[in-house]
Amino acid sequence: MSEQSKRPLLYLAEFETADQIMAAAEKCRDEGFEHWDVHTPYPVHGMDQAMGLPDSRLGWIVLACGLTGLSLAVLMMQWMNGFDYPLIIGGKPADAYPSMVPIMFELTVLLSAFGATFGMLGLNKIPRHHHPVFYSDRFEACSNDRYYVSVEAEDRKFDIEKTKAFLEGLSPSHLELVTEQEES
Amino acid sequence: MSAASTPIAAIGETRLLPEHVDNALISEQVSRVTETEAPLGWWIYFGISLMGLGVLGVSVSYLFWEGIGAWGNNSPAGWAWDITNFVWWIGIGHAGTLISAILFLFRQRWRTSVNRFAEAMTIFAVICALLFPSIHVGRPWHIYYTLPLPNQMWMWPNFKSPLLWDVFAVSTYFTVSLLFWYVGLIPDLATVRDRAKSLTRKRAYGAFALGWRGSNRHWRNYERAYLILAALSTPLVLSVHSVVSFDFATSVMPGWHTTIFPPYFVAGAVFSGFAMVMTLMIIARQVYDLKDLMTMKHLENMNKIMLVTGSLVGYAYSMEFFIAWYSGNEYERYVFINRATGPYWWAYWWMVTCNVISPQLFWFKRCRTSIPIMFAISILINIGMWFERFVIIVTSLHRDYLPSSWGYFSPTIVDIGCFVGSLGLFFTAFALFIRWLPQIAMFEVKAIVPGSQPSHHGPSHHEAPAGAPALATKEA
Repeated sequence: MSEQSKRPLLYLAEFETADQIMAAAEKCRDEGFEHWDVHTPYPVHGMDQAMGLPDSRLGWIVLACGLTGLSLAVLMMQWMNGFDYPLIIGGKPADAYPSMVPIMFELTVLLSAFGATFGMLGLNKIPRHHHPVFYSDRFEACSNDRYYVSVEAEDRKFDIEKTKAFLEGLSPSHLELVTEQEES
Repeated sequence: MSAASTPIAAIGETRLLPEHVDNALISEQVSRVTETEAPLGWWIYFGISLMGLGVLGVSVSYLFWEGIGAWGNNSPAGWAWDITNFVWWIGIGHAGTLISAILFLFRQRWRTSVNRFAEAMTIFAVICALLFPSIHVGRPWHIYYTLPLPNQMWMWPNFKSPLLWDVFAVSTYFTVSLLFWYVGLIPDLATVRDRAKSLTRKRAYGAFALGWRGSNRHWRNYERAYLILAALSTPLVLSVHSVVSFDFATSVMPGWHTTIFPPYFVAGAVFSGFAMVMTLMIIARQVYDLKDLMTMKHLENMNKIMLVTGSLVGYAYSMEFFIAWYSGNEYERYVFINRATGPYWWAYWWMVTCNVISPQLFWFKRCRTSIPIMFAISILINIGMWFERFVIIVTSLHRDYLPSSWGYFSPTIVDIGCFVGSLGLFFTAFALFIRWLPQIAMFEVKAIVPGSQPSHHGPSHHEAPAGAPALATKEA
């Protein structure tokens, strides 16, 4: 491995327990990194605070989508049954609201669910199949039973030597510098 | 680890998963199923299911060729097995949403071993359910009339019709269930991708894993998305079966026109769905030896829910009968007496025996924890719930107001073929699911293994600051 010749991309520190990764995340947060991340096989409780992350904004996206669904349902039914082709059924006014409630509800839920799913993918910027963490041969264990901290080279405070020393201070079970790969 | 179980034992609880289960074992046991040759049991199961699917193909082709006169439906029984099957399948689907969404909101952690399973079941059951109204329209190439699309008649659908509400409710339900299921699968597909040895597997699973890398910045949005989807699915599942019951309740048929229908249908749906999950789980657990992850505790909890919902359904049956008498309406009274003692008395008593009496065995712990007994009861409940829908639909229709228009419905071979065939479709899809996809939500089970969550929060994790008194923790 000629690490000097290739551009460094990130440091990947491996940990074996949830307690260790929590402690490591808190220290990275206090160190003031910005382009860094924690990778875990499952969501670890309290990790957002340990990383100093703000609350997810997804709820607002879902709210907007849900209101869109509700408005669409009202406009669609009022226009189709009340205005464009008035249908008098069961002696009720053509534009009666009560019988429209079920579909108003369903479309609200439908668009909210689209908002939750695609909003989540959008906020996470996935699908993305080419992240540098995948260059590591050990990273496959992340979806099994290992925990990782990654500090990316584009971080302001990233320094080959200093960051290495800092991460070694967290006593990971393995530490690796992931470098740029030649196109295969 | 044993220290962590002391407080659990102290309050008389047992652990959910055996002591030796850890993250690697979970990945191994669940992913292994998709990586190794299918056992003989799977081939037998798949073969039988595929034959059922063939029956569906033949029956539906014949039905399309001949028209729905090939069924036994007549006047007055214009709805019969088709709608019975529709309501039955939709009800089976509901347990999936209940387990994945409602138990999630109530933080019932035992759901993690069964929710993937149940969600898959929801999707396949809703596909089977959607089949029946679609083929019942007679000219299925005109099914798009139910959608608000511009068409050659220059007319829009009638939004005051519960049948149209049904179109929206069931298709929304299918879409939301599919999204919920897929979102849940993403991290587990990443596990299968990372374990893959061949490039084909890596590509195939990797494409659907969307490049998931377990990032906590992603988990943050992911968990919120999951919570929101659960919170949306919960009222959705209640609304779907309520809307299905409106198909009946908003009519003026004696036996249908009752306000008890929405909650009664929802309870019945949950009941039958749990029974179907139980049937499938017991099979998969035996075939794939997943007893460490689907433990007796899980099965027992599900049996308790079946006891509750079965009793709720029994209450609804008796209350329905009581109100029919109490209403003083002679048509209403007649319909109920006719159900229990008329030409379809056998269907009524099948329903009562299977749905109300058989789950009462679950009061006894010995029955709740016996695999053969719970398997038999789950099958009986599936049968009983099918009869419930048959009783509601056919006994109300076949003798309504005027004795001159009374009739009798008997199924034809095509009726039977369509129903058996839909079972074939369901079980074929399920066989493919358990063969190729992680059938247990690995990441969710990992998150509840003892030691998987940090022992406590706060800055001083391992070394207490010098001079400060040592913090007493559970581990200490």
